[in-house]
Amino acid sequence: MATETEQLESLVNRRYEHGFVTDIATESLPPGLDEDVVRAISARKNEPEWLLEWRLQAYRQWLEMEEPEWAHVHYPKIDYNAISYFAAPKSDEDRPKSLDEVDPKLLETYDKLGIPLHERARLAGVAVDAVFDSVSVATTFKEKLSEAGVIFCSFSEAVVEHPELVKKYLGSVVPRRDNFFAALNSAVFSDGSFVYIPKGVRCPMELSTYFRINAANTGQFERTLVVADEGSYVSYLEGCTAPMRDENQLHAAVVELVAMEDAEIKYSTVQNWYPGDEEGKGGIYNFVTKRGDCRGANSKISWTQVETGSAITWKYPSCLLRGANSVGEFYSVAVTNNLQQADTGTKMIHIGPNTSSTIVSKGISAGRAQQAYRGLVKVMPQAKGARNHTQCDSLLIGKDCGAHTFPYMEIRNPSAKVEHEATTSKISANQLFYCRQRGISEEDAVNMIVNGFCKEVFKELPMEFAVEAQALLNVSLEGAVG
Amino acid sequence: MLDIKDLKARVAGNDILNGLSLSVQAGEVHAIMGPNGSGKSTLAQVVAGHDDYEVTGGSVTFKDKDLLELEPEDRAREGIFLGFQYPVEIPGVNNAYLLKAAMNARREHRGEGEIDSFEFLKLAREKMAALGMDPKFLNRGVNEGFSGGEKKRNEILQMAMLEPELAILDETDSGLDIDALKAVAAGVNALRSPERAIVLVTHYQRLLDYIEPDFVHVLSQGRIVRSGDKTLALELEEKGYDWVREAANA
Repeated sequence: MATETEQLESLVNRRYEHGFVTDIATESLPPGLDEDVVRAISARKNEPEWLLEWRLQAYRQWLEMEEPEWAHVHYPKIDYNAISYFAAPKSDEDRPKSLDEVDPKLLETYDKLGIPLHERARLAGVAVDAVFDSVSVATTFKEKLSEAGVIFCSFSEAVVEHPELVKKYLGSVVPRRDNFFAALNSAVFSDGSFVYIPKGVRCPMELSTYFRINAANTGQFERTLVVADEGSYVSYLEGCTAPMRDENQLHAAVVELVAMEDAEIKYSTVQNWYPGDEEGKGGIYNFVTKRGDCRGANSKISWTQVETGSAITWKYPSCLLRGANSVGEFYSVAVTNNLQQADTGTKMIHIGPNTSSTIVSKGISAGRAQQAYRGLVKVMPQAKGARNHTQCDSLLIGKDCGAHTFPYMEIRNPSAKVEHEATTSKISANQLFYCRQRGISEEDAVNMIVNGFCKEVFKELPMEFAVEAQALLNVSLEGAVG
Repeated sequence: MLDIKDLKARVAGNDILNGLSLSVQAGEVHAIMGPNGSGKSTLAQVVAGHDDYEVTGGSVTFKDKDLLELEPEDRAREGIFLGFQYPVEIPGVNNAYLLKAAMNARREHRGEGEIDSFEFLKLAREKMAALGMDPKFLNRGVNEGFSGGEKKRNEILQMAMLEPELAILDETDSGLDIDALKAVAAGVNALRSPERAIVLVTHYQRLLDYIEPDFVHVLSQGRIVRSGDKTLALELEEKGYDWVREAANA
């Protein structure tokens, strides 16, 4: 009798498709971190004095902070002096003006990833700010965007071209000393993306960035800042894959979103970093701080994420609902397989009156993976009429994985309406048999059931991303039963 | 079409089938009756290939192929359909999606192309109307929140769409009110044809008032103890299952 568990266990085995390394020489700093390293990063990017000072202060604050230990994840102590804090493709000095000038090897890399940049950009009408390692290499559709007055560029470029905007908003949502990893990022961030949508402008296309970690032993410290001015709208897509590695790679990104009055930001992520092998060797440590500030009345920030990669994920995209009637949303699918660990969720902080938030979290665990949902709904005393609905579902595949839920609620206004629903289910042998009896293979049946489970989240993704996400999920769980 | 010889099977360490033989030809309708625990459902599950049931002896061939060698999905693609006694719910998976995937799996197996979406919808609506099902059920999760009767109608819908060569209906009549029973029976009767065989697994004679079988078999302790025509069902109804238990022990 082939038991359900035996089947389920073997369904989870599949190799990381994107595990190759592009052979492009990188100009890295030697491992180690001190004030000189911070100065060197800043100097390489020709940054103004104020930004260097900002970084140095972050560094000094970081020195006094402790690495958090409360998350439901386990990993060996990170030696922050064994990490190199800067790597950039060789072509940094002389950046290409068009795709023709881009290193063909890099384009090949995108092809292997199934991301034919030019094709994709042209056909999908998506402007791609391709971040390869830490420096932006190619930016397309700039002209169309600039006609609309939209600024979409690398962070370094924004520091030079739009210093007043960067200075005004950098660290205004995630302060330097917000947490250990945010402080580290503030000190050593290498590059990232900057978006500014002017008043009343609806961004004419979906903005997309592909991140890729490519240098061994290099921490990746991205900084993203998206500002939607009054009455504007933007949809931002972030997706990433990384080559196979044996060493653990630290990734501590910071993403800040600011939505002014009547503005809306939709931020979608598909995360597919190398999760480590079946024994848990290698893989990315993904310790990310993402926060959106609904600063103006009637503003809206929506986070949608599909997380299938990384060895360890520590990530809580959050919303500060400050403006009256502002809306925060969090839609998440997280998949952990083999020995992956994830502690993820969101924080909805209700500050303004009549603010509302929705949380839909779908966690899928297979193999020996452990996954935790950690969510905070906080209603401040002045947040009259706040509403929250939280739905938190876990799906287990096999018997050796785990799902944990840590919902926190702090309600300080009696008019608040807060609802929390949680379920844990398993893909049952009977469901699989039912599908197979209808002629559907076991693998297709698992995909069908998992995708059905995630449907509420997928429908929030932009169409092409939804298709990609669905495919990614199938790939991540290939071999999870059978 | 289906040839079962001296079949022995166990589940969770208990022997359930103890040398069952049955031969079903195309065009025939067989009814398998018997008390609870006699092995009716086990027979259905073993033919469909459920992993929990271990075959310890005998043989099962379907269209001259060794069925026991095939995976459940391959048995289905060869044309075997099992109408479940307890159809499982699959939340979030669209009913139409499952149905179409099932049809396409079968078509692919036969070297045919995928069904056209419009053709599929037209066909599904037709069959649903015949079964008295609201077309809205197509867009609901598979059996999600369906009543007992709705689930059984959904099984018949799937059968009608898939047009199997051998349909085994496991207690399809249980828990149905009279209207649902009539609708389900009409669905099954519509499928009767010289190329197709139907095996009805049932506890009660009631279903056979609406679907007239060519053969009736009575199962007891994992073996067929009596076979006959439809009058056997009536006799059974009258005399009760104690009568066959005695026959089995005799």
